[in-house]
This record gives sequence, C-alpha cells and structure tokens, in this order.
Amino acid sequence: MASTQVNPTRMELTRLKKKLATAVKGHKLLKDKRDELMREFLDLVRVNMSLRQEVEAAIRQANTDFVVARSDMSDQILRTALMAPKQDVELTAGRRNVMSVDIPVFDYKTRTPDPNDIYSYGYAFTSSDLDAAVKSLSDVFPKMLRLAEVEKSCQLMAAEIEKTRRRVNALEHVIIPETKAGIKYITMKLDENERSTQIRLMKVKDMVLEDAHHYSERA
Amino acid sequence: MYKIAVMGDYDSIYGFGALGLDTYPVNKGEDAGRLLKRLADNDYGVIYITEELAAGLTKEIAAYAGELTPAIIRIPGIKGNTGDGIMGVKKSVEQAVGSDILFGGVSAKEGEAT
Repeated sequence: MASTQVNPTRMELTRLKKKLATAVKGHKLLKDKRDELMREFLDLVRVNMSLRQEVEAAIRQANTDFVVARSDMSDQILRTALMAPKQDVELTAGRRNVMSVDIPVFDYKTRTPDPNDIYSYGYAFTSSDLDAAVKSLSDVFPKMLRLAEVEKSCQLMAAEIEKTRRRVNALEHVIIPETKAGIKYITMKLDENERSTQIRLMKVKDMVLEDAHHYSERA
Repeated sequence: MYKIAVMGDYDSIYGFGALGLDTYPVNKGEDAGRLLKRLADNDYGVIYITEELAAGLTKEIAAYAGELTPAIIRIPGIKGNTGDGIMGVKKSVEQAVGSDILFGGVSAKEGEAT
C-alpha cells in the first residue's frame, strides 16, 4: 500500500489530516451532485423515451403518407414541387445550466409566420395526398426539435453523471481509506517513537542515579 | 443563429425540405462522414440523420457527443425503424446508472407498435 511510504513526521500528519478533511467534504459534495443529476436525468430520460416513440411513430406515418402521395405523381413533378421551399427555419440555441452541466435549449423561428407556407408548390399538378403528407411532417416538427433538445441533454448529463460517479467512487474507496491508513500509520509511528524516548529517558535516569548513589551496593 | 440539417437517402428525407430544413441526400460510405463533419463545423445546431445512415457513422457521431451543438438525432428512414434510436436512449441510461433500470422491458419492437 502506498500509505506505508509516507514519512512519519508531524508535518506529514498535518498535511494528511487536511487532505482527509478536503476529501471528505469533496466526497459529500460530489455525492450530492450525483444524486441531484441522477434525479434530473431520470425525469428527462423518461420524457426522452416517450418523445422518441411519438416522433418515430409520427415520422413513420409521414413516410407512409409520402409513399401514398408518390404513387399518383411522377417523380419529376414531386421533385419540382419540393425543390424550392418557401419556408425557412432558423434555430436559436441557448444553454441552461443544470448542476454545472450545460444543456442546450433550442428555439426556432420560421421565416414567415404563416403555417401554410410549408406548401411550396401550386396545387395544380400535385395530388392532395402530398399536402397531407407535408402537413403530417410539419405537425411533428416541433416535437422533433424538442426531442433533439431532450436527447442531447440526456447524452450530456449521462456523461457527466458517469464522470461524477467515478470521482465519488475513487474518493470513497481509494483516496479516503488510503489517507486514513496513512494517518493511522503516522500516529502509531509517532506514539511508538514517543514511548521509546520515554523508556530511554527512564533507563538513562536509572543509570545516572545508580552512578550517583550506588543503590545496588547498599542493598 | 443555427440551421437544421437532415441527412439520409433521398427517399427518406425529401419531405423535410418543405418545412424549410436543409436536406442533404447522401448514401452510405465515406461521403457521409465527410458531409457530417462539414455540417457540424458549419453552424448546424441540429442534424437529423436516418438510423440506417447513422449505423455506419458511429465513430463520427460519437466525436460530437460531448459538445453542446450539434445535436445529432437519429430518425427512422423510409425503410422502417431499426431501433437504433431507442437503443441510444437506453445506452445513455446505462452510461449514467450503470445498467438499464428504466426501459429494460421496452424493446425497439414495442416502440414500433406505439
């Protein structure tokens, strides 16, 4: 063990005691951080899962709608219809701090406020199924964006929780026991030194007294 | 100000163009990795990518895992759901908790049913 290699001096003892105090305090703080992060994470990840299921189902539905729409239109007409989009989406990304983890907050703005601007084509050559398909995709978009936000947050938080957990474990199972062992070792060594000094002094005293008074001869 | 990109095979993503998202039709292979890197370096805040395409780009996607943007999100393509998206959520639970205690019972198939 590394603790056997410490110098048994008072200075080292003070240093180790300070280190232990810091480690214990840090351990408590990190544990609190881990618990709070975990609480937030579990809430968020549940949201993530249900959002994902909703979005995946909706996209699957939209894909089916598009297939239907394609079935009575030629590819050329379809491509032309969707070639020049009328609408444009601008994304603003803020950040929110949860227990020192930065998580993104997405907000989007469409170029025109009119929700009908998703139809980038005249209605003459396209089937009405295409309108429905585009609409179904547009309906799911806010959820898709929310999914992006939540899923990214979950990933970032998961990484941070893992890191914090490792730190907590390292402190709990390595640093703190080792420091404690070191402190114990030094205390024992110092006590031992003190006792041996004491005994030596007593012996010396005995010898000095013997020299002065010659007790053994008198008896 | 960020933009939103959608990557995948043309058939899966052309609809998103109508919403005003930037679509990048791309097939599997080297090009996809390069494109992803270019998009990530180019002010795209969210990149949606089809599960199929993402399956070949795990390493590239992992490189952006620790960064705030871009958020790279898997979506099902036209050929259906591979379950990778759900797996991703489970994986982050596993990473955080140590084992998947929440969604052990939710398989990708069930996700498909709802």
